[in-house]
Amino acid sequence: MYSKKFQKSLAAVEAAREANIALEPRRMTAQEKTDLLAAYHPDYKQDEFETLVIGPNKGDKVPKELAATLQAHSRITPESVDLSTPDYDVDVLVIGAGGAGTSAAIEAHEAGANVMIVTKLRMGDANTMMAEGGIQAADKPNDSPAIHFVDAFGGGHFAAKRELLQRLVCEAPEAIQWLSELGVEFDKTEDGTMVTTHGGGTSRKRMHAAKDYSGAEIMRTLRDEVLNRNIPVVDFTSAIELILDENGNAAGAVLMNMETKELLVAKAKTVIIATGGAGRMHYQGFPTSNHYGATADGLVLGYRAGANFFTQKLFSTILPEPLIPSRSSARWLPKRYVLSAQSL
Amino acid sequence: MENMVNIYLFGKKYSVPENLTIMCAMEYAGYQLVRGCGCRNGFCGACATIYRIKGETELKSCLACQTKVEEGMYIATLPFFPLVKQVYDLNKVTPSEAVMMQLYPEIYACVGCNACTKACTQDLNVMQYIAYAQRGDFEKCAEESFDCVMCGVCSSRCPAGISHPQVAMLARRINGKYLAPKCDHLEDRVQEINNGTFTELIEALMQKPIEEMKELYNNRDIEK
Repeated sequence: MYSKKFQKSLAAVEAAREANIALEPRRMTAQEKTDLLAAYHPDYKQDEFETLVIGPNKGDKVPKELAATLQAHSRITPESVDLSTPDYDVDVLVIGAGGAGTSAAIEAHEAGANVMIVTKLRMGDANTMMAEGGIQAADKPNDSPAIHFVDAFGGGHFAAKRELLQRLVCEAPEAIQWLSELGVEFDKTEDGTMVTTHGGGTSRKRMHAAKDYSGAEIMRTLRDEVLNRNIPVVDFTSAIELILDENGNAAGAVLMNMETKELLVAKAKTVIIATGGAGRMHYQGFPTSNHYGATADGLVLGYRAGANFFTQKLFSTILPEPLIPSRSSARWLPKRYVLSAQSL
Repeated sequence: MENMVNIYLFGKKYSVPENLTIMCAMEYAGYQLVRGCGCRNGFCGACATIYRIKGETELKSCLACQTKVEEGMYIATLPFFPLVKQVYDLNKVTPSEAVMMQLYPEIYACVGCNACTKACTQDLNVMQYIAYAQRGDFEKCAEESFDCVMCGVCSSRCPAGISHPQVAMLARRINGKYLAPKCDHLEDRVQEINNGTFTELIEALMQKPIEEMKELYNNRDIEK
């Protein structure tokens, strides 16, 4: 079944197995970690960054590939859209239909809003669907949100915005409860105790899982709930520009049908960008485990509309989060963030 | 030079490297995938595919991202399948057989042909989990169907018109919400947070200089 090349590699692994099992990997020192990152990690190789020359973050450094996208011309001209006759008119427009977007839509709907979701692929085509390792929350007696805070802050190389992290660690247990109530089948023992394991760089076992389908189980449940609530989902349709009102607030988006290229206009009182990360931009040719759709669309949308949303330092950790943090969006540990924590 | 194989995408012949998945072979051939491609890791069910090897009669199904090309493969993708998804309010559902009878009565029309199981891209025992659903055994239905990626290939082969993935989805949600044991430590923790038990601790961390945070982080007590 496997190719010859792969069989050779397999044999090498098998030959080294005994020695590998015997090896007890020790934890690296802070200095060792720093040196390793400086040598290999894309966020730390300064010559791969470029200074932005236009926009709200003018003067800041970002990866070259992102700079090219952020500073590119729009793919449409003003005369190609007619804003006077919107195709959709809603209270809340959610852009993105992964874990964050669907959670936000469910909560907005619960609160009585007229909400719609637009996504460039299908609902659930997202990193959440692929985060099978689990979801972290400090809900065990030997753990606390404060311990979680220290773990995550260090795991993110002390670059995180503490206000966001505070919400993440303090709302995580409630998020697990919320998901359980929606019917997500977290692994538990017979008495209801959550089966938890270590995540990358954690000091407590706080990774909750649903077998080896954790993210998929969460995502399919959220998707089912969105459908049960009859929240309109416009799929295979990408938001390509935000629309601003006279005061500069987001008032909707220009959408493009990915298949027919038809342009549509969605008018909204509130816009939530939950579009995910940039892994599939393959900065510096880096491989990624990110979803096919993780191409930084929301970053470009926001930037073009004037959002000043990152600094060079925060870039690697904050990057994949929704630009407009909502109650729900804080629930989702961005994939890239998880990876950087694991790389320690 | 890599070894090449001949495959037929929607009937058209392409020569592609033998070590590619069907999905990568399509891209190698020049397709830009909008539909029929999602996580590329076998979890999202976007790339359901049916194929037949030239000279054979058996119709096979798979996920394009998880399956290598073979010589003489006639390939058609199934990027969408019209499943029946019934709408319900989980808070008002009672975990009994009656729910299935009400929402998905067609499961009782199963003729036992087992075509669903044979077609499953995940090698699940689909007919068995439908049998559990018929009996209102949601726990077993949930367990048996757990690896379902909802690609819909099973339903495409069903003479009774059953939407197996949606039946299983309902069973799993009922099991997760009503039948699985309640988690006390989770409820306690949420209560503690709401009561402000950790507010002071967290506030202190919000103010701490980076150096002190590094100190804390580098000297953590790590659970074995």
